[in-house]
Amino acid sequence: MAVGKEIRVKIKSIKNTQKITRAMEMVAASKMRKAQDRMQSARPYATRIRNVIAHLAHAHPEYKHPYMQEQAGKDIGVIVISTDRGLCGGLNSNLFRALVRSMKQWHEEGRKIELCTVGRKAAGFFSRFGGRVIAQASNLGDKPQVTDLIGSVRAMLNAYDEGRVSRVYLAYNEFVNTMTQSPRIEQLLPIVPDSDERLKHHWDYLYEPEAKDVLTHLLTRYVESLVYQGVVDNLACEQAARMVAMKAASDNAGTLIGELQLAYNKARQAAITQEIAEIVGGAAAV
Amino acid sequence: MAMTMHVDIVSAEAEIFSGNAEMVFASGVMGELGIMPRHTPLLTELRPGEVRIRTPEGEELFYYISGGMLEVQPHVVTVLADTALRAKDLDEAAALAAKERAEQDMKNKGSEFEYAKAQVQLAEAMAQLRAIQKLREKSR
Repeated sequence: MAVGKEIRVKIKSIKNTQKITRAMEMVAASKMRKAQDRMQSARPYATRIRNVIAHLAHAHPEYKHPYMQEQAGKDIGVIVISTDRGLCGGLNSNLFRALVRSMKQWHEEGRKIELCTVGRKAAGFFSRFGGRVIAQASNLGDKPQVTDLIGSVRAMLNAYDEGRVSRVYLAYNEFVNTMTQSPRIEQLLPIVPDSDERLKHHWDYLYEPEAKDVLTHLLTRYVESLVYQGVVDNLACEQAARMVAMKAASDNAGTLIGELQLAYNKARQAAITQEIAEIVGGAAAV
Repeated sequence: MAMTMHVDIVSAEAEIFSGNAEMVFASGVMGELGIMPRHTPLLTELRPGEVRIRTPEGEELFYYISGGMLEVQPHVVTVLADTALRAKDLDEAAALAAKERAEQDMKNKGSEFEYAKAQVQLAEAMAQLRAIQKLREKSR
């Protein structure tokens, strides 16, 4: 019986697609858990180093580091963190939209913008639309490491040291929960110390070797850790967004299959009914 | 009982050790350090090498770190360990590599960002997403 062959073929192809999206959903779910763990284990370092910097900001050191002071220029550096791969809903688009809005505002204020991209999507986006990209890192994989980011961060810090940019921002997606990821644009440099009143008494560290060297070292690590934190956050976001997107795709495939199955069954039933009618009609004629 | 202090060893990627100790040994850039409770506040760079912790139980724990920072407060010692060997020229080489990658990718390096074009394209992408969502709601 050759009824509804096209429909059957179509159902089969949708089922295959559904298998793929379902597999991707499950892979993303398991990767998300790992990414969340990584996010958690990166927290202590950032917290500790932030404590040290808070101490420093209140310890009245004899030396004020440029990373902690407002700079004279007005140009801006942005480190953009995106995903390497697509199929993760509107995650990257949302971030780029928020960023473009800020960039436009800066542009109208007459500030120049230097960019540093992390992840293939950001690189692609800015190569399509222009923009002064001074450094790029991509293909970080599922286990990003601080070492992969050193170069990009260094390039941005060099721009800051040379006075080409007076402020540095970090743009990334913050992981709120599985369903929510919010694009954030945070100021990296100069560092805004939290005003913790508890620490307001006069003391200072002993520095070995020199306050200047130690502080440069520490603040560089701090910026790197913030960027790394952004990268792992973004990775968790990517997996969560992909999981949700793939779940939606699987559900859609399910409803499509249901509809097609119904159409197929109706067509088959119609064919059977017609055949019976023909037989009955034939018998009556005899 | 001897006095103890809290010791944390953390790297950017993971927490390595957290607990109490009687004494901490580390190799700073200016020489070997032995830190006991109530040490004066100190901030120093560490050389690649081992960090030794003597716990209140008298055990000795060894950790290898590839450089980092040591922060000492009277009752808290924090080791901020690097995850890889670092040197200034290595960092600069990495920065150069990142720049080169950017240059390779960018045919239009240094050109002005096209705000209008980018915004149109992003708006389109968002509209598509919204349309998909609407379709889904309708089919329910």
